[in-house]
Amino acid sequence: MAESICRALRDGALEGEHAPALTIRDSLASPFGFDVFTHVLTQLSSNILAGKSQSGGLVLVAFTRSPSFYMRLLKMRGIDVASSRKWIQILDCYTDPLGWKDRLVDSGNITSLSKEASTGESSCKNIKDMAKLFTSIIELGKGLVGQGKVRFCVAIDTVDEILRHASISSVSRLISNLRSNDQVSSIFWLLHSDLHEDRVAAVLGYMSSIVASIERLNQSANGQICNSENLSLLERNYWNGKLHVRFKRRNGRVRVMQEEFHVEQSVISFTTLSPGDELINRSLMPKVQFSLQLSEKEQNDRAKVVLPFEHQGNGKPIKIYDGRRSLEDSQDEATSVSTGALETVDNSSKGEIIYLRDSDDERPDSDEDPDDDLDI
Amino acid sequence: MNQRASNLLDEALGLVDEGTNPWTLSGRVLLIEDCVETSAAFLLHHLLKRALSTLSSNVVVFLALSQPFSHYDRVLRKLGCNLAAQKENKRLLFLDMLTSEFPDGGESGLVALYGKIEKVVSALIEENKKSITIIIDDLSLLEVAANGASNHVLDFLHYCHTLTSVFGCTLVALNHEDIYSSMEKPALILHLEYLADILMKTEPLATGLATDVHGQLTVLNKETWDGQGRSRNRIFNFHFRIKENGVEYFSPGSRA
Repeated sequence: MAESICRALRDGALEGEHAPALTIRDSLASPFGFDVFTHVLTQLSSNILAGKSQSGGLVLVAFTRSPSFYMRLLKMRGIDVASSRKWIQILDCYTDPLGWKDRLVDSGNITSLSKEASTGESSCKNIKDMAKLFTSIIELGKGLVGQGKVRFCVAIDTVDEILRHASISSVSRLISNLRSNDQVSSIFWLLHSDLHEDRVAAVLGYMSSIVASIERLNQSANGQICNSENLSLLERNYWNGKLHVRFKRRNGRVRVMQEEFHVEQSVISFTTLSPGDELINRSLMPKVQFSLQLSEKEQNDRAKVVLPFEHQGNGKPIKIYDGRRSLEDSQDEATSVSTGALETVDNSSKGEIIYLRDSDDERPDSDEDPDDDLDI
Repeated sequence: MNQRASNLLDEALGLVDEGTNPWTLSGRVLLIEDCVETSAAFLLHHLLKRALSTLSSNVVVFLALSQPFSHYDRVLRKLGCNLAAQKENKRLLFLDMLTSEFPDGGESGLVALYGKIEKVVSALIEENKKSITIIIDDLSLLEVAANGASNHVLDFLHYCHTLTSVFGCTLVALNHEDIYSSMEKPALILHLEYLADILMKTEPLATGLATDVHGQLTVLNKETWDGQGRSRNRIFNFHFRIKENGVEYFSPGSRA
């Protein structure tokens, strides 16, 4: 399913349609959103280099890591970074996002700025200015693919930093403008959902054609206090989790899928959930301690149960006592009727309760009314 | 100090051999969280001592907002470390910020503070000091100094983070988790937990107060690859007992 995500981004936008957009969202309960982000980044880079992608280049907007970190990461994963200037541009929003270093140099407080290995990146010194950010991204993209019909894709390593400095509406405008730009093939970003109000995640979710949520494998482990007894369980649950993906089709249909992931040595790998797990995951049954589902044998046994009043189709008339006594029956039991008392039949093999109405005029209770579909 | 006892914490941090191996925390961010019941100041003292006791090229830049120099000097002497001498040898740069206040919402003050730290770090790099550890005690007081502007404090920490990636500095910060317990989404502490490579949390025992055990320590080490293909245990939990001249660490249930 991670492959489905990468395929959707690789295939890009149809003519006249907005570019597909992916939100990767995680939380501290399972903080592996960045690993998923780098996985998608690596796959997309590989597709671009192989010429299999609609986009001819990638603009990476880096807020949480330095440009050289990404170059090292891509190189370590087998991506050719020697030719990086031809296919990737990094907008460095990490080194000096608010212009502090420039202010310090201007005031003479620091004499030398840190020198980052410049491999196809340019710097953003004011991440609060969304319009400037948009222009920078488009310019970098056009610098890669030219002014023609060739497209480029955009990756934002986190939207949390810009959300700290700009309103959700201005961030939405930025993303919307990027999606609707003719030269943007696809766009994806990471959001740490627990850093923001729920409406922020909802707004970005509405703008996305794909939402990939990272969740813990075992939800019941949330908030569990770590102690020696549950340490190994906590450790196992921490580095494993579920990738829950929602695809939004153009016709409005939503497809939901899940996959399991495991993180080992900072590399994420995905495995398909077993059919049993998938069925359970798709079920709307709440997770409780008792069984709410029936096995096949239980379903067969339930089908064999004869329900009262159900048509049996065996030709025998079924007489149901509706509370009204016939005249004969009432004469035979004249002494007990006058008292209206309950009477038990003196029969050692079985007992029964006979209900005698106070008056024959009394209408039967509503629940004694015969139904048409029953043998009454 | 009991050499064996300190190994549990050092093992969790990846600092196994004292004084012989290079400082393995270069380029990493360590966040320490504590609460009123279990103070984690002893962890700062331990890391300060370890940073100064490894290779002679290690330097510590200490931002002190919580206690004066004399306090740390007194505590570290009992741990066998002479802070005054280290300060004189320029292996410890102590920035006394006890009475610091940043007017105008705090941004300009924090910019100036960052500038001071970067200047010091750049100069040390030029002197070939490879391992620089920046320790902040503590972040909640930095927020106070910035008049509650947690966003500016996060910006400051972001810039400090750039020092870890550019110069390989180690960043250690202490924060009090229970200060934010009433907030629904405490931005400062949540952001820091995402930023941290190693998260250390002290908590009281689930069973309550005890004479011989002062609390439990959980270490979440997000780095799993030790450079040789082996993956180490990544979550550690053990108990501790603070003594007069050190701290004893032991596995739960192993206390005689």
